[in-house]
Amino acid sequence: MSELRYLENVSTLELDQEKCIGCGMCAAVCPHGVFEVDERKAQVVDLDACIECGACAGNCPVEALQVKAGVGCASAIINGWLTGEEPNCDCGGSC
Amino acid sequence: MSAPCCPPPVNDTGCAPPAKAESAACCPQAATPAGTCCPPINSTVNCGPTVADDRPGYKLWPFVCGWLDTPAGSVPQITTKLTSADIFGRWQMRWGLGRNRYSIAPGLYAIGSPTADSQVLVTANYKMTFDIVRRDMHSHDLWLLVLDTKGVNVWCAAGKGTFGTDEMIRRVQISGLDQIVNHRTLIVPQLGAPGVASHKVSKACGFKVVFGPVRSNDLPRFLRDDCHATPQMRRVTFGLVDRLVLTPVELVNMRKQIMWSILALFILGGIGPQFFSFPAVWSRGGAAICSGLLGVFTGAVLVPLLLPWLPGRAFAVKGAIAGFVTGLLGVVLLYASLDWLNSMALLIAVTTVSSWCAMHFTGSSTFTSPSGVEKEMRQAIPAQAAALLVGGGCWLAAAFQ
Repeated sequence: MSELRYLENVSTLELDQEKCIGCGMCAAVCPHGVFEVDERKAQVVDLDACIECGACAGNCPVEALQVKAGVGCASAIINGWLTGEEPNCDCGGSC
Repeated sequence: MSAPCCPPPVNDTGCAPPAKAESAACCPQAATPAGTCCPPINSTVNCGPTVADDRPGYKLWPFVCGWLDTPAGSVPQITTKLTSADIFGRWQMRWGLGRNRYSIAPGLYAIGSPTADSQVLVTANYKMTFDIVRRDMHSHDLWLLVLDTKGVNVWCAAGKGTFGTDEMIRRVQISGLDQIVNHRTLIVPQLGAPGVASHKVSKACGFKVVFGPVRSNDLPRFLRDDCHATPQMRRVTFGLVDRLVLTPVELVNMRKQIMWSILALFILGGIGPQFFSFPAVWSRGGAAICSGLLGVFTGAVLVPLLLPWLPGRAFAVKGAIAGFVTGLLGVVLLYASLDWLNSMALLIAVTTVSSWCAMHFTGSSTFTSPSGVEKEMRQAIPAQAAALLVGGGCWLAAAFQ
């Protein structure tokens, strides 16, 4: 099956290579292969695959990564608009 | 790369001697089959209540097949065999029948007969997750640390932060894990990573977090390969079966919208030249409901199944295209009985409803980002609203022809 791709140029992920120590945690935790690490620095090799889950930023020991993390779910975002709160997964059970 | 995972076990001088777990048979009084500690599920009655089982006000879960004595107290041993009740419960969850949350008590569990050297897996207290993990860990000896995620699966709970750094630290401390095992490694599912800052966990409780594979059925290979995950184990996929099992969830989540729409369409269907006609409630309202349901079926069932092959990146676009095709098919099949206004209404309604439903499948998908979904919705919702007005207008106008 072909790899499923979503919209381009939307991810808020930013990597500060100055701060990066090349530990590789971002590449290990990313579920979509966004990072590669070589020459002791991480690189964003597939920004459009990023789903902004926040795993990389949370596990970066030197805070070299920034991302506006959240859930990519229409119902959650609509609920967020209606209630004025941050979108979350509380849509009733099994999502 | 990070330090190699699964360091050789270190003897923590500060902790109690390892449990003599291998000698702790689960059912001291009962004759159990040689070589296994856990009797077949139906014969748990033979176990006889041990001190730990028999507490006023408590009911034992059927998956508990015995108890292990450890320096931190007795730990329930769980069976790796799923019963028909477990499978029925999972089916019930998928269809949203009868229960909203499906959780088990958080804490430490034992799979097989783990010792102080055995690995520790971490998971969520959503029973469906717990069941799949214990099933996949058949014939392994492991500790299973279940976090309190309020009955939500690992990935969603990690997004919320309930499968998170603080809860992991707390649960390690409450369970007395440092007295039970003589190593300091936790194997955490990779999809827990959005909620778990591994460097903070190791700083706070001394346990190093090793992120395991995404899917629990890769765990046996991961453990065999000294906790090495292949790139394939680290990737989230979204195959046909994954998409198929999530379609009931979509339909269930939409049931309220569907019910109210059906009611509204019956009422609107009655409107006509004679002000309100009851036969038209059934004929026109019924027809409108059928086209709406065709849109729901297209957007919530066909689009998920055909996702990789439908053109467009945005789900709303994929849904609109699929809905246009099934709507057109409807128009062609009903060619003889539909005038042009009703044909237009049918085509627009199926396209719009399918687009709306498909857009909501972003929540079940594994490759959409919040920024992307928000961008898609800001463009799609005004278009869907406009189309609904035009389609509805055609349909109402058809009554006055």
